[in-house]
Amino acid sequence: MNVVVCTKQIPDPANPGQLSPDTHTLVREGKLILDDSDAYGVELGLQLVEAAGGEVMLVSMAPHAEVSGLRTALAMGAAKAILVSDEALVGSDALSTAKVLAAAIRRTDPDLIIAATESTDGYTGTLPVQLAQLLDLPSVTFAKRLSVADGKVRADRQTESGYDEVESPLPAVVTVTAGVVEPRYPSFKGIMSAKNKPIEQLSLADLGIDPSAVGWAGARQEVVSVVSAEARTGGEIVVDDGDAHERIVAFLEQLKVI
Amino acid sequence: MDRIWVVVDRAGERVAPLSLELLTKSKDLADQVEGVTWGDGAQLAAEAGSYGAALLHTVGDLGGRLPGPAVAAAMAARIEAGDAPDAVLVPHNYDGRDIAGRLSALIDRPVLTNVVGLTDADGLRTQHPVFGGSEILTARFTGDGPGIYVVRTKSFAAEDSGGAAADVDVWAVPQLGAADAVRVVDRHVEEREGPKLDEAAVVVSGGRGLGQADAYRMIEELAKLLGGAAGASRAIVDAGWVPYSHQVGQTGKTVKPTVYIAAGISGATQHMVGMKGANNIIAINKDQEAPIFSIADLGVVGDVNKVLPKLIEALRARS
Ligand SMILES: Cc1cc2nc3c(=O)[nH]c(=O)nc-3n(C[C@H](O)[C@H](O)[C@H](O)COP(=O)(O)OP(=O)(O)OC[C@H]3O[C@@H](n4cnc5c(N)ncnc54)[C@H](O)[C@@H]3O)c2cc1C
Repeated sequence: MNVVVCTKQIPDPANPGQLSPDTHTLVREGKLILDDSDAYGVELGLQLVEAAGGEVMLVSMAPHAEVSGLRTALAMGAAKAILVSDEALVGSDALSTAKVLAAAIRRTDPDLIIAATESTDGYTGTLPVQLAQLLDLPSVTFAKRLSVADGKVRADRQTESGYDEVESPLPAVVTVTAGVVEPRYPSFKGIMSAKNKPIEQLSLADLGIDPSAVGWAGARQEVVSVVSAEARTGGEIVVDDGDAHERIVAFLEQLKVI
Repeated sequence: MDRIWVVVDRAGERVAPLSLELLTKSKDLADQVEGVTWGDGAQLAAEAGSYGAALLHTVGDLGGRLPGPAVAAAMAARIEAGDAPDAVLVPHNYDGRDIAGRLSALIDRPVLTNVVGLTDADGLRTQHPVFGGSEILTARFTGDGPGIYVVRTKSFAAEDSGGAAADVDVWAVPQLGAADAVRVVDRHVEEREGPKLDEAAVVVSGGRGLGQADAYRMIEELAKLLGGAAGASRAIVDAGWVPYSHQVGQTGKTVKPTVYIAAGISGATQHMVGMKGANNIIAINKDQEAPIFSIADLGVVGDVNKVLPKLIEALRARS
């Protein structure tokens, strides 16, 4: 069974994010790392191929031919990667990104495509289903448990009131939530071997995509402005000496909650 | 604006509260509001109508399928046939996001998600909280074709304007092929007592500072004593202490209660974006530097395992 995992490489979320003053989009300069949200998909893919045979291939779109996040996922155990990087892709919306990933994935022949429900930095959360539609595949979103057997994927899909057990034939696109599996840490051996694993780099021309249809040129949404929200300020602070609960009770009384 | 389509999500045999919010807002923005739903449309017609929908289109019984493929394809077919609305408003929830993603690819229009505000200024403009809600970004669509807007809960009030029941019609669903192969085999409802998290006047949430799964009982007890709902940070949902349906924040529910009590929660931006809209915030955290204190109206620097039992005892004594 061959699994494609969509992997986003993002600025380290530990550093405060920044919007470019000109374009109001997230600044994606400097070192990029593997989006934590994708580590679950990578782990799940690895567990599936370890049980059923086959391999995990990563597909990523990133500026400046960035590979450090891909190396992390390769070190976890993925076999190889496709990286699409092209100047013309800067400014792409989620639909354009989905078209690029779809074109890259068409070159492979996966049984299962795994993505996170949303990325940590942009959290638009529409790309995986756009991708499924572009590839004319079924999609099982928000899976919090997942198994594959007899050419079918079975998953527990989150709902407003609990979860549904759903089933889909392969190939399919699934999106996984954090906590679906426990991502492994790359071993030393994994890190060493990742350095030699193949990363195929593709441009838009390689994929046959018209540069004017993606990136800034093809954008059909724009940021009008960014302003500071009305700041919510802190109020009274009390240090508990054993009677802070009384202050809470008084506050609740004042609000007529009790 | 002439016409808006609102995806009318179901909560059993009723319209889901978020869709009522979207219908109410659309009535403000457009001359004609039309709902798009699935299943028995007649069941929802009166409620959808009284919140502003003149028409309610249904794709009919799904027979164990997920709504995404059928609803998106039916909308796309109408749009391609020249019957396009100015905007499509979609609830930011599981099925809503499936519908929006598929519709986007089918009609080749991008999507604006995490919308918390909509204004009409020479076309619709959307507001989005960024960086944990510390900044508000305004965006809009360019180019031709309807905009697809995925809107978060509690962005707008739901108001019954007493309209007549919506006229129901059935929309044909085109041939769907492979995309429609998912089947629901079984449904599980996680029962919870008291009001729903996103509708409760009081929300008491616990985080990793509780120390262990068992301590969440205090959160539930306190929520019950206050007639509220129990919430959680993602840290303890991921740890398996409580089901995901309790999660508050960017990837969970948005809540706007009268009082939000955060116990043992640090106040990560992704958590705060889901509860900053509360009228009053009480935080209990042993770390004086915890970011949650920067937005708390009452901050208690203390140990949740000491403060909560006493608070529960004091409230019990009153009831
Ligand atoms: C893409 C993405 C989406 C996310 N979405 C969400 C989301 O929807 N909701 C969400 O909540 N998080 C979300 N997160 C996670 C978020 O970044 C934080 O990791 C999470 O909110 C932390 O949970 P916490 O506050 O319970 O834990 P911690 O950050 O570990 O904080 C625990 C707090 O408890 C305090 N504490 C410890 N012991 C005690 C004690 N005995 N008494 C009192 N206080 C004590 C500590 O001082 C600390 O402040 C998301 C993250 C990402 C990357």
